[in-house]
Amino acid sequence: MIPDPAAEDVVARGVVAKILPFSAVDGPGNRAVVFLQGCDFDCRYCHNPETRAACIHCGECVPACPARALSIAPGPGLVSWDPARCTGCGACVAACRHDSSPKARLMEPAEVLSALSRYRPFLSGITVTGGECGLQPEFLEALLRESRAAGLPGLVDTNGSADYAALPGLVEAAEGFMLDVKAWDEAEHRALTGVSNSAVIASLRFLLSVGKLSEVRTVVAPGLLDAEETVGGVSAIVAASGRAVRYKLIRFRPQGVRAAWRDIPTPDDATMASLAAIARGAGLRDVVVV
Amino acid sequence: MSPALAVITDRTLTYQQKVAGLARVGESTESPLRIGPELRRYIDAGAICDLYEGSAPYRPRYIVPDYERFMSRGSAFLGLEPPRDIWEATAALLVLYRHVPSITTFPVYLGDIDALLQPFVADEAEARKAIGLFLLSIDRTINDSFCHADIGPDATAAGRLILELTREQKNAVPNLSLKYEAGRTPDDFAALAASVALEVAKPSFANHAMFGREFRDMGLGDYAIASCYNGLPKGGGSCTLVRLNLAKAAPLAAGLADFSSRVLPDVVARQLEYMDERVRFLVAESGFFESSFLVKEGLVRADRFSAMFGIVGLAECVNAFSGGARFGKSDEADALGLEIIERIAALVAAHRTPLLAANGGAYLLHAQVGIDDDRGVSPGCRIPIGEEPDLPEHILRSAPFHRFFPSGIGDVFAFEPTAKANPRHLLDIAKGALASGLRYFSAYAADADVVRITGYLVKRSEIERLGRGEQSLQDTTALGRNAVNNLGVLERRIRS
Repeated sequence: MIPDPAAEDVVARGVVAKILPFSAVDGPGNRAVVFLQGCDFDCRYCHNPETRAACIHCGECVPACPARALSIAPGPGLVSWDPARCTGCGACVAACRHDSSPKARLMEPAEVLSALSRYRPFLSGITVTGGECGLQPEFLEALLRESRAAGLPGLVDTNGSADYAALPGLVEAAEGFMLDVKAWDEAEHRALTGVSNSAVIASLRFLLSVGKLSEVRTVVAPGLLDAEETVGGVSAIVAASGRAVRYKLIRFRPQGVRAAWRDIPTPDDATMASLAAIARGAGLRDVVVV
Repeated sequence: MSPALAVITDRTLTYQQKVAGLARVGESTESPLRIGPELRRYIDAGAICDLYEGSAPYRPRYIVPDYERFMSRGSAFLGLEPPRDIWEATAALLVLYRHVPSITTFPVYLGDIDALLQPFVADEAEARKAIGLFLLSIDRTINDSFCHADIGPDATAAGRLILELTREQKNAVPNLSLKYEAGRTPDDFAALAASVALEVAKPSFANHAMFGREFRDMGLGDYAIASCYNGLPKGGGSCTLVRLNLAKAAPLAAGLADFSSRVLPDVVARQLEYMDERVRFLVAESGFFESSFLVKEGLVRADRFSAMFGIVGLAECVNAFSGGARFGKSDEADALGLEIIERIAALVAAHRTPLLAANGGAYLLHAQVGIDDDRGVSPGCRIPIGEEPDLPEHILRSAPFHRFFPSGIGDVFAFEPTAKANPRHLLDIAKGALASGLRYFSAYAADADVVRITGYLVKRSEIERLGRGEQSLQDTTALGRNAVNNLGVLERRIRS
């Protein structure tokens, strides 16, 4: 037998936080969403902070689980999660003090696709998100390739921190990218996320230039972020590119965020309409408010 | 107060509703059906129920006219020539609707209205006006939402206009089905249908490949979706619908073994006996098939009438015998459910009536959606409200039941209003559901005024009007109000 060179490659594995079979809000059509664990931004309004950090196996979540789905495996003392027992109550992530989850699993792309196979007739594609999926580029590329081969094109939902210009294979494998631009002002972005927005703006320009940007989004949190400036800045760049890109303006909602941010109000219709008008005024045709 | 006087003095009934109510009171003064004591016991226990069909059937319960024939030939009885333009076409149909009987006194099937009207769409603006008035007339004069129009599977200009006008008018009547077939129904047309469904709770998606294949195999040819979601032979219909309430039959057994070996075969046999008797009176004594112009002019044919064997409350029946395992959650419970349905299907298929030629005299199985005074009885084979699993799981657990019910079964799903921003999401789910074996898929957004109660549509605002002691144009509003109270239909799990 002639050896298959591909079979000898190391299979890229990734840390998967969770898989959601159906989603209406992660790209066009009905899409399965694969959340990767780990993020390099520390957004104060993060809606799923349990996907930020890797599990350090401290074991604090184990006694918090009412369904006894968590245990500490003998030997290396790693926290182990039993999906069959899990009721999805969320007590483990509530107990975690490290922005992590005991449910994240090391998976191969084939395992992810196998978990989705029964939902295949219902799906337009997959969307890989996080955490920040760009932090696991080898796995992300492999997953996108295998998913595409299985008839499920993959969108990448990213914070834009990765240098996509240096990842041509990944960019080619993706059907498109959905990019969050959280704040146009550098100081504001640092205050919100802890890091600079220069990589984000570079990703916006690069993905536009190669025609791979499907959607750009901004979360609107009145009083905390200058959404007018951000929407204006993003719209100008998108309009100048001449590409047909959807701009989605997302109302801040308190569900899932850390306790300190739960009292922030959701913006009203008038606020959202005036921001949409800014984007449309810049020449964008596909502006969506959610 | 006598039943007639109660109808006469009811302040919440419109004049038309009183006339229909008094007709029911009048019919109930006659008892020509032969009902034996064994059957009577099941009726009294609620295990067999004729859904208030009346004690002396004088018209088939569901009539599915061959409107194509009417459009090409007109009607001698009605003195109508075949229509020549969109105004004549819509007027001719509205005239005929007035004369199509059914259990509700209103027509339960209005035709494949896109295909009927498409030949007359010349100028789009004029067609929009004509079809708009046609739909408005239907809602304002056919005051019962068990009235169903079909569109598809092909996209047409008329079909698009019907969908757009449905979205604009936001009426409860008519109920609407899109006959959807993968590879035939274009995506943009189906996506338009999905977006309209999220605004007005219609159209539903009917599995055209599945219905078409089955009706061909039964030798019945073309089919229509009528009333709630009933698949019936076009140019015929269903003489009667009697239902077996499995939730009420289960307590009559000493246990699962007794249910399977004694109660189930006996109650099925008694229901078949009752259906035979209702069919006998309608066919042999009522004179309908000898006298109606619909029959004389070939708009319906006696040999295209069957009858529907309904079942309801499978979930409660299974749960009664599953020792804590729940239908819709446990594989074992679902397997028991399938076993019960397979058993019923075999018993019904083995029974033939010599009075009906359609399908060799065998009745068609139907998953009945319930009646407004049901309590703790889930429609057909549906998973109970309040116990619905995640959406993909829900669809995949429901699908295996659908193939048994050519005369109708369906599931209803409520979506977050945010789904309106992405109608292709709903379309993908509908496509996947049909590809997975679902026969009929209905959806609505949780904030819509028009909502699907069980199979029919009612406006929440009309229910509120009735709640204030005012009249409501549609007689189904009262049914919807009771179903909201008794079945919790507004408590369906919201899918995000």
